[in-house]
Amino acid sequence: MALLEVKDLEVYYGVIRALKGISFKVEKGEIVTLIGANGAGKTTTMQSIIGLIPIRSGSVVYNGNDITKTPCHKLAKLGMSQVPEGRRIFQELTVYENLMMGAYSVKNKSSFKDDIEDVYKRFPRLKERKNQIASTLSGGEQQMLAMGRALMSHPDILLLDEPSMGLSPLLVTEIFDIIKEINKQGTTVLLVEQNAKKALSIADRAYVLETGSIVLEGDAKELMDNDDIKKAYLGE
Amino acid sequence: MEFLETLINGLSIGGTYAMIALGYTMVYGIAKMLNFAHGDVIMVGGYTIYVILAQTGYPFLGLAAAILFCVLLGVAVEKVAYKPLRGASPLAVLITAIGVSYLLQSSAQMIFGSAPKMVTLVHINSINIGALQIEGHVVVTLISSFVIMLLLTLFVKYTKVGRAMIAVSEDKGAAQLMGINSNAIITLTFAIGSALAAVAGFFMLLKSPSLTNTMGAMPGIKAFTAAVIGGIGSIPGAMVGGILIGIIEAFSLKSAAIAPYTNAIEFLILIVILLVRPSGILGKKRREKV
Repeated sequence: MALLEVKDLEVYYGVIRALKGISFKVEKGEIVTLIGANGAGKTTTMQSIIGLIPIRSGSVVYNGNDITKTPCHKLAKLGMSQVPEGRRIFQELTVYENLMMGAYSVKNKSSFKDDIEDVYKRFPRLKERKNQIASTLSGGEQQMLAMGRALMSHPDILLLDEPSMGLSPLLVTEIFDIIKEINKQGTTVLLVEQNAKKALSIADRAYVLETGSIVLEGDAKELMDNDDIKKAYLGE
Repeated sequence: MEFLETLINGLSIGGTYAMIALGYTMVYGIAKMLNFAHGDVIMVGGYTIYVILAQTGYPFLGLAAAILFCVLLGVAVEKVAYKPLRGASPLAVLITAIGVSYLLQSSAQMIFGSAPKMVTLVHINSINIGALQIEGHVVVTLISSFVIMLLLTLFVKYTKVGRAMIAVSEDKGAAQLMGINSNAIITLTFAIGSALAAVAGFFMLLKSPSLTNTMGAMPGIKAFTAAVIGGIGSIPGAMVGGILIGIIEAFSLKSAAIAPYTNAIEFLILIVILLVRPSGILGKKRREKV
């Protein structure tokens, strides 16, 4: 059984059909990436899975439970965590307080100290800046904070929406190494990216989204060698 | 000495305005709406105090009942009138709030009539410190309102739920991703705002015992002004704005020549501050979302 299975997902913005019935699945332990151009429906897919955008039809099944209609705030407790597009960290709170918010759904308070140390170990720069107001962080640090915040709830699956957005190539590489590392330690990853080359380089499998439909899917390495993909997304 | 007395008076009036302004600003910050019926919750609190006082004779029992009843009312109004409009145009919500305001005022008039009711709560002796003489109700209002403001600040800053309120006011979607039930936070915000309005009603009746169905209207508007001056959405802003309006009012009422224009002066200051700082004294510039 797949950890996350999306079936015939349809989403509308008013009369506009943003997702035209897409289906895909993520197996436990995988990194699966959803690539596609701007406006293809990648973020819409992510936000509808997590319940921030209403789903018109289709279903989302997570860990055997139908979560199509589950309100967003209940998903963190079920082990699903999202790093949203644009990071959306709490600008008025400190780094430490942001991480506290990430642990909001965790009932067992005794693990908090260890969890926050784990995040600091993974992102040492967050530790240096723990009492700093989050709006004063650089773009890369904000991305790290958003990821650290999402990890505080011990997710089984991490949904990452455009983690490379607005970052320098060097930082992108750093962030992607960390994603790979998080996955190796047992967290399943669903990654949405415009930077197809980077995404395919760390993913196991990939789906290509074009104007609300999945047009191609397969092994990430194979897709990297696909001529159409090379032309359209890898700039070769 | 007279200056100091007027200043203390102003701080006390300001404390009452701040209580009300906090309700406006918290609801605006978290539910992103202007609850123009907020002032009338004060009036409902006033009548609750009146009824309980008449039945039992205990003013503080009246206060407790007013807080409870106003909390229930605030939460019920949010559920019935505002929640179904979440996502609707701000104008629709605004008109609804004005409708609720008139509904509350008219209901009170139907039940209690339009003649003012006299509510004599407790007599507190004036306090003399050297040549300084301060009325008892001024001292009580001043101390209680500042203690409440301090407690509220600590609650928002240092409790899990308080931080969740900041998170929801900043980014409702991101807050939900953390597992925060934003609807529950909105309900809580209305409850806190309404409780503070009930307390403000008690302070107002301490100062002047006349109770009418429109007693909340003008203080409501002035407290809203205070919230905007301080920076709407900002909790410390509402406190600063409320105290500022209170001090201005106290000094303005002191001079026979200026006193009749007190309200005009307050709103003039609102206009000037908004011209200089459109987001209010402590308000933040609106960030553009990427």
